[in-house]
Amino acid sequence: MDVLTPYSLDEALEVRFTHPEATPVAGGTDLMVDLNARRLQPTALLDLSHVDELGTWQKESGTVFVGAGMTFARIARELTEFPPLADAARSVASPQIRNRATIGGNLATASPAGDSIPALAAYDADVVVASSKTGMRRVPLGEFLVGPKRTSLAPDELIVGVEWQSVTRPGSFVKIGRRNAMVIAVASACLQVDDEWHGVRLALGSVGPTVLRARHAEEFAEDLDWSDPATLVEFGRLAAAETQPIDDRRGSAAYRRHVVEVLARRLLAQAEKARC
Amino acid sequence: MLIHATVNGTQHTVHVAPETSLLTLLRDELGLTGTKNACEEGECGSCSVWLDGELVCSCLVPALQANRHEVRTIEALAPGEELHPLQDAFLATGAVQCGFCTPGLLVAAEDLLERNPSPSDDEIREALAGNFCRCTGYQKIVEAVQVASGRAGLLTAVEHGKVGESARRVDGIPKVTGAFTYGSDLRADGMLQGVTLRSPHPSARIHSIDVTKAEAAPGVHAVLTADDVPGKPTFGLEYSDQPVLASDVVRYEGEPVAIVAAETLEQARRAAELVEVEYEPLSVVSDMEDALRPDAPQVHEFGNVLRHVHILHGEPDTTEADVWVEGYYETPMQDQAALGPEAGLAVPSEDGSVDLHVTTQWLHVDRQQIAPCLDLPEEKVRITLTGVGGAFGSREDIHVQIHACLLALRTKRPVKMTYGREESFSGHVHRHPSRTWIRYGATKEGRLVAADVRLLLDGGAYASSSPAVLANASTFAAGPYEVPNARIEGTVVYTNNPPCGAMRGFGAPQVCFAYESAMDNLAAKLGIDPIELRLKNAVSSGSVLPTGQVLTGSAPLREVIERCAAIPLPEHAPLDAMTHGVGFAVGFKNVAYSEGFDDSAEATVTIEVGPNGLEAQVQTAAVDYGQGLYTVLAQIVRTELGIEHVVVLPSDTSAIGSAGSTSASRQTTMAGAAVLAACREIRAELDTNGAAESITRTVTYQHRVTTGFDEKGQGDIHVAFAFIAERAVVEVDEELGLARVVQIAAVQDAGRVINPQGAEGQVEGGAAIGLGLALMEELQLEEGQVRNGSFTDYLIPTALDVPPVISGFVEVPEPGAPYGVKGIGELATVAATPAIVAALRAATGRVLNRVPVNPDDLLGLRAPAATAGRAPIPDVPGQQPIPEYLGMALGQQELMKAR
Ligand SMILES: Cc1cc2nc3c(=O)[nH]c(=O)nc-3n(C[C@H](O)[C@H](O)[C@H](O)COP(=O)(O)OP(=O)(O)OC[C@H]3O[C@@H](n4cnc5c(N)ncnc54)[C@H](O)[C@@H]3O)c2cc1C
Ligand code: FES
Ligand code: FES
Repeated sequence: MDVLTPYSLDEALEVRFTHPEATPVAGGTDLMVDLNARRLQPTALLDLSHVDELGTWQKESGTVFVGAGMTFARIARELTEFPPLADAARSVASPQIRNRATIGGNLATASPAGDSIPALAAYDADVVVASSKTGMRRVPLGEFLVGPKRTSLAPDELIVGVEWQSVTRPGSFVKIGRRNAMVIAVASACLQVDDEWHGVRLALGSVGPTVLRARHAEEFAEDLDWSDPATLVEFGRLAAAETQPIDDRRGSAAYRRHVVEVLARRLLAQAEKARC
Repeated sequence: MLIHATVNGTQHTVHVAPETSLLTLLRDELGLTGTKNACEEGECGSCSVWLDGELVCSCLVPALQANRHEVRTIEALAPGEELHPLQDAFLATGAVQCGFCTPGLLVAAEDLLERNPSPSDDEIREALAGNFCRCTGYQKIVEAVQVASGRAGLLTAVEHGKVGESARRVDGIPKVTGAFTYGSDLRADGMLQGVTLRSPHPSARIHSIDVTKAEAAPGVHAVLTADDVPGKPTFGLEYSDQPVLASDVVRYEGEPVAIVAAETLEQARRAAELVEVEYEPLSVVSDMEDALRPDAPQVHEFGNVLRHVHILHGEPDTTEADVWVEGYYETPMQDQAALGPEAGLAVPSEDGSVDLHVTTQWLHVDRQQIAPCLDLPEEKVRITLTGVGGAFGSREDIHVQIHACLLALRTKRPVKMTYGREESFSGHVHRHPSRTWIRYGATKEGRLVAADVRLLLDGGAYASSSPAVLANASTFAAGPYEVPNARIEGTVVYTNNPPCGAMRGFGAPQVCFAYESAMDNLAAKLGIDPIELRLKNAVSSGSVLPTGQVLTGSAPLREVIERCAAIPLPEHAPLDAMTHGVGFAVGFKNVAYSEGFDDSAEATVTIEVGPNGLEAQVQTAAVDYGQGLYTVLAQIVRTELGIEHVVVLPSDTSAIGSAGSTSASRQTTMAGAAVLAACREIRAELDTNGAAESITRTVTYQHRVTTGFDEKGQGDIHVAFAFIAERAVVEVDEELGLARVVQIAAVQDAGRVINPQGAEGQVEGGAAIGLGLALMEELQLEEGQVRNGSFTDYLIPTALDVPPVISGFVEVPEPGAPYGVKGIGELATVAATPAIVAALRAATGRVLNRVPVNPDDLLGLRAPAATAGRAPIPDVPGQQPIPEYLGMALGQQELMKAR
C-alpha cells in the first residue's frame, strides 16, 4: 500500500486525479475501523490531514462555508450560532472521536445515520466538490447523496466543504438511540425555521436510504398556527408518512416511523415556543 | 513509510505500513503497552492518547498521521517516582478493578481536568462516555475524578489494610501507570504470532481442508488442522465434546478449523485466508424449542438434550392455593464483554514440555484439558497466570490455550495468540438464552403454597458448563421463598448457536427475572404491597428449599429487604414528558461449587525476616481478574500475623496445587480459608516455639460436602447461599419509549465484609451488567449467525447509562466460612435486571416479559413474548447430564465408541 501526502488543495486534487484508486483519509474514524477489521484493503491512501485549506470555515455576506476537514469538536466549539449543526456535532460519539471525525468524512461516508447531515439538509446546503480537471462545483445535498453510503462524487473529486445561506431563526436537532452516549442514531430529526417565520424545513436521519426532507409536512406547516395542537399532530403524521424506514439490528421500522412522528411534533412546538 | 514522531518527549524514526494504526505503532513497535487494545473500533477508549495535545483513540489514527507530530501516552502521565494525583485518586477511591480500562480512563480524565479543573458529575460522565469499563459501574471512577479535582475529600483506602478495612489494591500501582502486564502485552524473543481460522457456517460438513497455499505463504511456520492434534481430539470443562479443531463437521459459526503461526500477525492472517476449506452447509438448529422436536436435526449424534433436571417437592398441584399467577419470560444470549481480550503466550522447551502464560480463571483445570490434547503428562504443561482484563465467566473455558501450545510445540518457537474484539465474541462462551414458564399459587393472605416452573436453556453447540448452569437455575427457580410444594423441570439443549456457559450469576439471573416478575404479578393480583409479599415469604435459617435442602447457614433475607427498602429515593423532578417508576427485586445464589463436586483450594504462607523486617509471602494458584482477591488474601495475612508487608506471589501450576476456579463467588471463601488456616498454623508455631528465620505452612481447604440430586431432585445440593435486594428508579419518555435508570439501591447479605470499598465495587459493577441485560445487551442471532459481534453493535452501558448505585451490606456470619464471609461477586447482577424491568412496568403499565426491554416494548409496538405452551419434558435416563451416561466425562474414546 502506498501513501500520498499532498500539502495543498491543488496538490491534493492533482494526486486525486492521477491516483483515483487511492482512498482519501481525513480523521480516519470511519476508514480505520474497516482497515483494522480488514474489510477494506485499499492499494493506496491519500492523506488529507496536511491540506490546511480544508480545515477552515467562514461566514461572508450571508454565506457560510465549512471546510471538509473541520472536526466535530471544532464545529461544536466554533459554530455555536448554528445550534442544530453544533448540537449534532456534540452528539457524535465521544470526545476522542469528535476530536478527529470530520464533516467531510461524514458526508463522504453518506450513512443515513450521519449526524451532520440532517442539519445540512435543513439548511438546504450545497456540497462543494472539486476536481483538478473540471474545477469546483456546488452540488445540492439531495443530489450529492444518492443512496445508503453512496454519493455522486466523481472518482477524481474531493469534497472541499459545505456551504449554505446563513439562517438566523431557531432550529434544533434531536438524535434517538439505544443508549445515552456512543450511539448511532436509530432516528434523528432537524427542524429549521425559515427567516420569515412562514415555514420550516424538516430533515430526517436514519429513516430512509439517505437523510430525507419531509416536504409534505413542510408544505402543510407553511403559514399555519404552530401552537394549534391539531396542526402539530398533522405535521407529525405527515412527516412519519414520508419516511422509508427499515428493520435492522438497531431498531424496527415501526419504531423509527413512530419516533419521527413524535419528534416532528415536538420540534415544531418548540420552535413555536421560541417565537413567543 | 518512514515517519518521525515524538512520543512522550522522545523522537522516534520508524517504518510503518500505511494501514498501521498509531495504537499498533505504540504497542508493537515502541513497546508502550500501557495503551490498551480492547476493540480497534473507536468504541471503548482503552487506547486513548494525546496527539498534539488532543485526546484521540489511537486505534483509529493512521500511524502515518503521527509523522512530525507529538504523542503523549499513559506512560508520561507521571514521569517521576510520584503518582499523578489522578492515579492516586483512582487507587484511593477503588476505581481500579481489572485495570484494563484504567490507562485510557486516566488519560481521558486528565484531558478533562486540563480543560475544566472542576467538572460537575454530569460533565465527568459526559467526558468519560467514550471509555468503557466493564468492572466498576463507573461510580468510583467519577468519585476519583471528583477527588483529583479537589471537589470531594480523599476517601483514602488504607495502604496496608486489614480485614474489615478498605485496603488499597496490592496490584494497584502498575495498573495505574500502565506497567501491569496483561495477556495481550506478553512478548518473548523470537515470538511468532498465531491466528485461528473459524467456520463461517453454524452447521456444515467439512469435505476437505487444503493448507498448501497457506503453508507456502511468506513468513508462515505452521498451519495445523485436526489431523495435527497429537493427543485427544477434544476438550471441555465438564464433558469432552468440543473439538480442538473441527475435523468432520462444524457445529457453530466461529468454530476453529485451522491455526496458523507466522512471523507477523499480518502474515498469519493472510495465510489463514489462504486455507481452503470445502464446506457442505447442513441444516441448522437455531431455536431451543425446535431442538426438542423429534424430527429436529441432531447437533450431536447422541441427540440434542444435554441435561434435564427434575425437582419435585410436596404436592405442587395442591388445591390449597386461593390464587394462581402464571407467566412466561425470555432472556437473551448475553456477552461478558470483558475489556481485556483472550490472550496467551506458549513457550516450548527443549524437553518437549511447554510453558503457557495465559488469561484464565482456573489454571489447573486448563492444564487438565490441555495436556491430553498435546499428548503430554500434566507436569510437562506449566501454566502461569498473566494479567486478566476482566472475565465474568468468559475465561473459564479453553480459548487460545491448546492452539498456542500446539503451534509452539510444532514450530519450537514461542507463539502468542490474542483475540480481537470480533473474534472474542466467537472465542468464548456466553450467557444462556432462556425461556421460563412459571406458576405460583398462594393463599389470599399472600402465603406462597406452590411453584411450578418449566425452564429451557439454550446451551449452544458444546457442553461447556451448561449442566451446572442448568442445575443452578433449576434449584433457584422458585425464588428465595418458602414454597412448600414445588415442581421444577429444567432442560438445557444443544443447538447450532455459539456455546453458552459461565457468566456472572451462572443460571441465577434468568430465573430471577421470571420469579420476581411473577411475584410482582401475584402482589398485584392479591392487592398486597410487593415488598410486603416478599417479606411474608422470604426464607430464613431453617427454611426448606424445593430440593429439600435445609438452609443451615445464615439467611438474613428479611433484613436485606428491609434495609434496601429503607434507602432514600432520589430527590429529583422528572423532566417534562417523563414518567417515573420504582421496581424492587430480590435474588439469591449459591456460594462455591455444588452437586457433590470435590472442591478445594490450596495455599502456602511463608514468613521470613527480610530487609524491612518480618515479611510474609502468599502463594496460591487462584486468579484475581480484577475483583480484588489478592488484596483480600493480603488483608487476611496482615490481620492474622500482624505483618504489614505481604507479597502475593504470581499464580502458577508448578508452584502449588489447585485453588479451584475464580467463579461461583467462591474464591474469598475458598482461597481465603486456606490462607487463613495457613496463617493460624504459623501463629500456633510462633506461640509454641517462638520466632524463627522462616516458617512455611501449606494448607488445603475443603468446604463441607454436598450431594447430587436424587430421582426427585432432592439433595443437599449447595454449600451456602447469599441474598440480595435491589431497587431501581427509572425515568421513561413514554412517547419515545426511552428509559433511563436514575438510581439503583442494593443491599447484599455478605456474611462479613472483608474490604468495604472492594465489596461496593462488586455491587456497583455487578448492577451495571444487570442493567445492560435489562436495557440493551443481546447477542442477536439469526439462523445460528451472530449479527452484532462487535462493540459497534453489541451495546454495553457507558458512564452515562449507569446511575449512582447506593450499596449496603448485612453482616450475619456464615458458619464454617473464614470470618463468616460469603461471596459477593455475582448477586448484584442477578437482581438488578428484574428490579429495573419492574420499574419500567411501574412507569408504563406494560407487560414486559422479555429482556432486554427495547423502545418498541415500552411503546407497545412489539407484542410481549408469546408461547405456544410449555416446552415438553424430554425422555431422559435420569438426572445426570446425558454425556455422563455415554461415559464422556472420561474422554473422547468413549465418544468415538458411542458414534
Ligand atoms: C466509535 C465511533 C462512533 C461514531 N459515532 C458517530 C456518530 O455518533 N455520528 C456520526 O455521524 N458518525 C459517527 N461515527 C462515524 C464517523 O466518525 C463519522 O462518519 C466521521 O465524520 C468520519 O470522518 P473522518 O474524518 O474520520 O473520515 P475518514 O474515516 O477519514 O473517511 C471516511 C470516508 O470519507 C472519505 N473522505 C474523507 N474526507 C474526504 C474528502 N474531503 N473528500 C472525499 N472523500 C473523503 C474517505 O475516503 C473515507 O471513505 C462514529 C465512528 C466511530 C468509530
Ligand atoms: S481500542 Fe481503540 S477504542 Fe477500543
Ligand atoms: S476495571 Fe474497568 S474494565 Fe476492568
